[in-house]
Amino acid sequence: MIYALCFILILIGLYGVLTRRNTVKIIISLLVIEYGVHLFLVLQGYRRDGVPPIIEPGGEEALWLQRSVDPLPQALVLTSIVIGLGVLALMVALSIRLYERFGTFDIREMRKLRG
Amino acid sequence: MSETIVVLISLMIIGALVAIETPRLLYSIISVGAVGFLLSIVFLFLSAPDLAITQMAVEVITLVLLLQCTGGLASEQVSDQGSLFSRAATGTILLVLALFGASMLADFPEFGRPVIDRFADTPSGIYLREGLQQTGAANIVTAVLLDFRAYDTLGEATVLFCAVMGALSVLRRQGRRQSEGSDQEGEEVT
Repeated sequence: MIYALCFILILIGLYGVLTRRNTVKIIISLLVIEYGVHLFLVLQGYRRDGVPPIIEPGGEEALWLQRSVDPLPQALVLTSIVIGLGVLALMVALSIRLYERFGTFDIREMRKLRG
Repeated sequence: MSETIVVLISLMIIGALVAIETPRLLYSIISVGAVGFLLSIVFLFLSAPDLAITQMAVEVITLVLLLQCTGGLASEQVSDQGSLFSRAATGTILLVLALFGASMLADFPEFGRPVIDRFADTPSGIYLREGLQQTGAANIVTAVLLDFRAYDTLGEATVLFCAVMGALSVLRRQGRRQSEGSDQEGEEVT
């Protein structure tokens, strides 16, 4: 059920990438895809009634070990979130440049004005 | 617990639909910001506080970047009416992917039972058991990021640096003016 919802989120983002004609809308759709993929990866590591993978001082470590969620997907998604920000900055910069050159965000106009 | 997550993801789906369907860019950017903040709350419910904090910070910067990009520029409306062929092609691609995903869904492990439950010697299990002794970090996520998989973090920093350098080199004006100036000089000579 939750995986299906997550997949729907990714498909909505893909629909946006395929149908929108505005470069900013395409960037936003790519963001939605990114959110969906991050969510999916973190869901893979979730344990029912899990606790965060942080050892508390004075806590029972054996009990924590049995209840902690998987730390590896979280660490890799953390990396991915930060990289997503860098890629977004690059996309926004390209979008601004295209707007300055063609005076529009419409990708069809850009194709017509080429050459 | 899992009902809360279902509700939150449904809200995210609604926000994403609004962000993609609304014709005005400002509304679209605000909606995608709402989706990001909802994702941050979902991360909290999934016991990932580090991710929730990072997602909040990144989301704020995302909103500022997108608004800065489009705020003064975008009053124009771009129509999204595609031709019949492109709409049919889009529909086919999405349908095929949806069927593919639906056939995959049956094979996924049950929600709430991670891999470390079934296989004790996965890297995750080892990190959990030996993280505190080997690295001295109480937070296992940071132990994985900065110790067990520090090379991944180095690669992340490299990619981030490259992306920022790319964005800056696309945006800077100095070099472009100089090259345009040299072009004009060349025309004058000829």
